[in-house]
Amino acid sequence: MIYDYLFKITGSEIISGVIQSLLPLLFFILPFALFAVWLERKVSAHMQDRLGPMRVGYHGALQTIADIIKLIQKEDIVPKETDKPLFNIAPVLVFAGSYAAFAAIPFSSVFIGSTIDLGLLFIIAVSGLVVAGILMAGWASNNKYSLLGAMRSAAQIISYEIPTILVILSIVMITGTLNLHTLSEMQTAYFWNWMIFGGPGSGLDKIIFIPLMLLAFLIIYLSTLAEVNRTPFDIPEAESELVAGYHTEYSGMKFAMFFLAEYANMFAVSAIVSALFFGGYQSPFGYIGNYIGLQWLVPIEQFFWFTAKGVFFVFVQMWLRWTLPRLRVDQLMAVCWKYLIPLSFVNLIIIGLITVL
Amino acid sequence: MNIYDAIFYLFAVVTGLSAFFVVTTRNIVYAAFFLLFTFFGVAGIYVLLGADFIAIVQLIIYVGGILILLLFGVMLTNKITSVQIKTGTLQIVPAAVGVGLFAGFLIAVLTYTEWKTVDTALPLTTTEFLGVMLLQEYLVVFELLGILLLIALIGAASIARR
Repeated sequence: MIYDYLFKITGSEIISGVIQSLLPLLFFILPFALFAVWLERKVSAHMQDRLGPMRVGYHGALQTIADIIKLIQKEDIVPKETDKPLFNIAPVLVFAGSYAAFAAIPFSSVFIGSTIDLGLLFIIAVSGLVVAGILMAGWASNNKYSLLGAMRSAAQIISYEIPTILVILSIVMITGTLNLHTLSEMQTAYFWNWMIFGGPGSGLDKIIFIPLMLLAFLIIYLSTLAEVNRTPFDIPEAESELVAGYHTEYSGMKFAMFFLAEYANMFAVSAIVSALFFGGYQSPFGYIGNYIGLQWLVPIEQFFWFTAKGVFFVFVQMWLRWTLPRLRVDQLMAVCWKYLIPLSFVNLIIIGLITVL
Repeated sequence: MNIYDAIFYLFAVVTGLSAFFVVTTRNIVYAAFFLLFTFFGVAGIYVLLGADFIAIVQLIIYVGGILILLLFGVMLTNKITSVQIKTGTLQIVPAAVGVGLFAGFLIAVLTYTEWKTVDTALPLTTTEFLGVMLLQEYLVVFELLGILLLIALIGAASIARR
C-alpha cells in the first residue's frame, strides 16, 4: 500500500497521511477535470456536427488550460446583497463533499485512500455534504433563480439516493460486503466474473442473476446520473428556465470550484458503478504483468482499467446529455418515486429470495 | 502527539465550537448550517471510537436527511415570505434555573456512575456484528420500530392531504 511506503520514507504518520490524501487531488481529479471538460466540449460539438475548440493545441487539447488561466485572472465578484460568509464557504463545501468520496474509491489494488469496511455507504454519506453546500450557495446568493435551483437540486438528490441505496443493498445481499476493495477482488480474473454477468459464482443462480443485475445497473446508473445533476436530470441548473441554477451569481475561481466538483462527482459515481458491476480495477482478460512475470506492472494495469471504465461511463453521461431533452420537475419525481423505487424494491426482494434459497 | 490525537482534537474543536454557535447565533439559517458542522464533528468522533457504522449512518440520516429538511423549512419560511423568525431571549431567570438544575443532574450522573471500562482492542468491523444483532437477537423490536415509523409516515401523509 502507498501509505506504508510513504510512512517508511517520511517516518511520520501525519505527513504521510496528508501526502496520501493529496494524491488523488493532484494526480487524478485535476488532470481528469482538464480532460473531461475538453471531452465534453468535443463530444457535444461532434454530436451537433460542429468541430468544437480547435485553435489551442492539437484539436483544442490545451483549451481547458487556457480557460483556467482566464478564470484565475478574473475579478472575484461578490454581489452586494449576498450573505458573504456563506457565499464564500459554499463552493468549498461542495468540493469537499465530492473530494471526500475519493477517499474510498479503489483506484488499484495498491492505491485506495482508505480500505474502510463501509466504503460504499461512506461515498453515499459524504455526498450529503454536497447537498448542503448547494443549498448554502443557493440561499446565500440572494437570487430567486439560485434558490429555486438549490431547492430543486436538494429534492432531486435526496429522492434519487433511495434507489441508489436499494441497489447497493441488493449487491450487498449477494456479495456480503460493502468494502469496495473486497468487492473488486471478488470480481477478479475474467470479465464473466463481473457482477453484471452474475458475479463470481457458477451454476444456475449466476444465469438467473444476469437480467436482475442488468436491471439493477440501469436503475443505479439513472439515479446516480440524477444525483450529479446531469441532463436529462439537470433541472437544478436548467439554462432555459433558471439562468444557471445555484451557481448563477458565482464567477471566477468560485465558479471553477463548482465545475471541478461536478466533474469530480461524475467520475466518482462512474467509479461506483464500475466497481459494483464491472469489476472495479480488474482487467477483463487477466494481466500482461502476470504473463510476462513483471509483478509491478499489475497495479499500473489495474489503474489503467479502472480509469478506462470510469472515463467510459463519464463519456456515456456526456452522450446522454447531448442526446436527451430535459425532464420536467414533476416527471423527474415521477420517474424516481413511481418507477425506479418500486422496481428496485422488487429487484431487491427477488435477489434476496434467490440468495436465501 | 500522533495522528489520532490530532484528528480527535480537530473534530472535538469543530463539534464544540459549532455547537456553541448553533445556540448563540441570531440568524436561524446560520444556526442550521452550524448544525451541519456539529453533526460532522460528532461523526468523526464516532469513527475514532471505533463505531464506523454509526458514524456513517449519522452522516446519512442527520446530514443527508434531517438537516436538509430543516434547511428547507428554514429557507422557505425565513427569507421568501420575509417573516423574521424570532430567536431572542425570553424568561432568563426561569430558564437559567432550569438549565442549571439539569446541568447539575447530568454532572452528578457523570461523576457518581461507576462506568464499566474494559480494555479491549477496537473492533475492526462492526457492521456484520450489528447486522446479526439487529436481525436475530432484537428482530421483534427492530420490526416493531419499522412499523411505528410506517404508521408515522402514513399519518403525516394523511394529515398533509386534508
